[in-house]
Amino acid sequence: MHQEFLMGNEAIAMGAIAAGVNLVAGYPGTPSTEVLETVAKRRPQDTYVEWSINEKTAMEVGAGAAYTGARVMVTMKQVGLNVATDPLMSLEYIGVKGGMVVLVADDPGPISSQTEQDTRHFSRFSKLPCFEPSTVQEAYEMVQDAFEYSEKYRTPVFLRSTTRVSHGYASINVKDEGEYKHNKPEGFIKDTKRWVIFPKLSYQAHINIEARNVELSKDFSSYPKNLLLNVEGSEFPKKGIATGGFNYTYVSEALKSLGDVRLLKVSTPHPFPEELAVKFLTGLDEVICIEELDPVIERELIYIAGKYQLPVKVYGKLTLDVKNSGENTLDSVMGNLTKFLGVKPPENAALTEADMAEMPELPVRPPVLCAGCPHRASFYAVKQAMKGKKTLFAGDIGCYTMGNAMPLDMVDTCLCMGAGLGIAQGVDHIEPDTSCFAFVGDSTFFAAAIPGVINAVYNQADMTLIVLDNSTTAMTGHQPHPGTGQTMMGDVVNKVSIEKILKGIGLEFVETVNPLDYKKSVETVKGAAALPGVKAIIFKSPCIAIVKFDKSLSVDHEKCINCRKCIREIGCPALVIRDDKVVIDDSLCTGCGLCSQICPVGAIGGDHHE
Amino acid sequence: MSKNIVLCGVGGQGTILASKLISGAAMNKGIPVKSAETIGMAQRGGSVFSHLRLGDDVDCPMIASGSADIIIGFEPGETVRMLPYLKKGGQVIVSSRPVMPVTAALAGSNYNGSEMLDYIRNKVEKVIVIDTEKACKELGSAKIVNLLLLGAAVNSGALGLDDEDIRKVIRTKIPERFHELNFKALEYAKKCSH
Repeated sequence: MHQEFLMGNEAIAMGAIAAGVNLVAGYPGTPSTEVLETVAKRRPQDTYVEWSINEKTAMEVGAGAAYTGARVMVTMKQVGLNVATDPLMSLEYIGVKGGMVVLVADDPGPISSQTEQDTRHFSRFSKLPCFEPSTVQEAYEMVQDAFEYSEKYRTPVFLRSTTRVSHGYASINVKDEGEYKHNKPEGFIKDTKRWVIFPKLSYQAHINIEARNVELSKDFSSYPKNLLLNVEGSEFPKKGIATGGFNYTYVSEALKSLGDVRLLKVSTPHPFPEELAVKFLTGLDEVICIEELDPVIERELIYIAGKYQLPVKVYGKLTLDVKNSGENTLDSVMGNLTKFLGVKPPENAALTEADMAEMPELPVRPPVLCAGCPHRASFYAVKQAMKGKKTLFAGDIGCYTMGNAMPLDMVDTCLCMGAGLGIAQGVDHIEPDTSCFAFVGDSTFFAAAIPGVINAVYNQADMTLIVLDNSTTAMTGHQPHPGTGQTMMGDVVNKVSIEKILKGIGLEFVETVNPLDYKKSVETVKGAAALPGVKAIIFKSPCIAIVKFDKSLSVDHEKCINCRKCIREIGCPALVIRDDKVVIDDSLCTGCGLCSQICPVGAIGGDHHE
Repeated sequence: MSKNIVLCGVGGQGTILASKLISGAAMNKGIPVKSAETIGMAQRGGSVFSHLRLGDDVDCPMIASGSADIIIGFEPGETVRMLPYLKKGGQVIVSSRPVMPVTAALAGSNYNGSEMLDYIRNKVEKVIVIDTEKACKELGSAKIVNLLLLGAAVNSGALGLDDEDIRKVIRTKIPERFHELNFKALEYAKKCSH
């Protein structure tokens, strides 16, 4: 054992390595991304790791490996699980030979996601067991437990994390390399009765799953990380608190100043540790459930109280005593508990309520495209080319979702990865006079957009596809993808060409343009929009975070007429107003040259980045 | 010893490195560390924070209102946003350089942070304002804002870490070619703190 300062996601990765994981596959998504990246960085030589093109593929790659007896981890964010649902729901019936942990990171808030879905529900729905750690140390240990349970019950298991566990850091105890497990896969053994799903097999498997989950619920009642803290001589002998995951740390922190209360910490939300919960509820009059996203623990406790006829009131999200959406905080939990226990919260803040009322209006900072981001130039070119026309700009998931911000205002719709293609077609079929565009990034193109393009060609839609190709997966921290020619194993491979794919599907108009060439970009868009059928423009220019720039531009104040067209039109964070003049913040400017191309008096110059 | 530290600023300003240096320095002394920070969409020019908790008796990496021993603010407005976390008698270190949001530039606003600094000075007793713009010019690098603020924080005594603790962690975590510049920034910050 030794100590390391690790992020929760790094701890999950190191736990999987210590458990002898043989293969890890996943698709990037905040807050899950660092798990796979850490495995890639720290893996023993014989561990295979890949960014798959999407979560469905990752799940299938994982299933195949687990059929051989390999230990497998598949990683994704919560909405990624929606993409992987099809293989996973069937895999539930087939089961696995090697341990398989499906790491899903939920995002209460949501901070960087499009939904607040709760993977604990998914676990109930799929009947697959779910583990949920509270701390970085527990995440490290629990992933190893999860592999053991997965093999014992021959089923994939979820490890559900949330943002604050995944992105929290702590100094934790980790195993030395000599203590790692080593798993040697037996290999795939042909057995159609086991690996080929048929209705008869599914029926039999369903019977087994139901029986297994009853057994698992008993097993989990004695799982040491499901914790029942009974308190002798509590000031509140008839009250109890039930919690789980990261919220356990809020509760235990709050109780330091509020006093001891009987507490149930649920680390396996499904199958629920029923016997342990009965012990917890017995003798209590009132219970409050502190959890994030959905009232999963709360509903289980209400069910158990009913089943065993326990006279206990259960408070939580369903009774509106705990907020039923968004993220909890230490303050919100403190508020819930002081109300529940009928005590006063500790007061020690520097600011009084009167001070807070005097606080000046704070600057509003929505996330924006970086200074020099090529997406800004692409959006601006399309906007200018289509000025005055009836248009639909269907956006997608990635950095370029931020093209919605003023003044660009170029994202009319955004739903889920790859959806922009379908949405553009749907609008086109109902409103043929609207010029429909779908914007998609390079990684999203490979992950989710190709079927949409084929659908458009086959079903005779009129639309223009704009591929914003910045040669990386920018939003999640610059992961490689099929178009970059690099893999997570460090291999250099043939790049998959977006242009060739589009031409192969049958598109006749496929143009690749540098969006930082403003005039040419506008002309190309105008040309494409005028043609019928499915057209594509690939705006190709690298993400500013993966290339170096050494020259920034500046405003010549002799020439500048202070019209502020640059600021009004493109909203680049490097263009700021100081002493009532437009200046360029040289710590941000990359010299992309977009502003200099739209300045009506040629006042912005310097060395361009070419 | 138990210390609650808030670092805050605008995505891209380098709050994360400063947070890593403090945790590294604490860990070198055998002090357990827990921390939480903003990762994701907000890193693109949004408001970002790190919560950092040093000490044995810590369960949660997040800090409650009114319990921060020190706020290290990389931007005046963002520092005001985090002030509710400060405990009575807590220390504030703040860079005077404002970062104008695109929304303010669009609205033609003249946001320059001075209103924010006035509010902080008015409401908080222990405040050290560092003119990081001037300091960066004098030291010839725009990349040392975090070291300037860190130096002032160490010097205030509110971190419970000393100058040598930070120097030690710089030597192990930052490439050697930056050491001299970083040490200069620490020295410079000391002068500003008096």
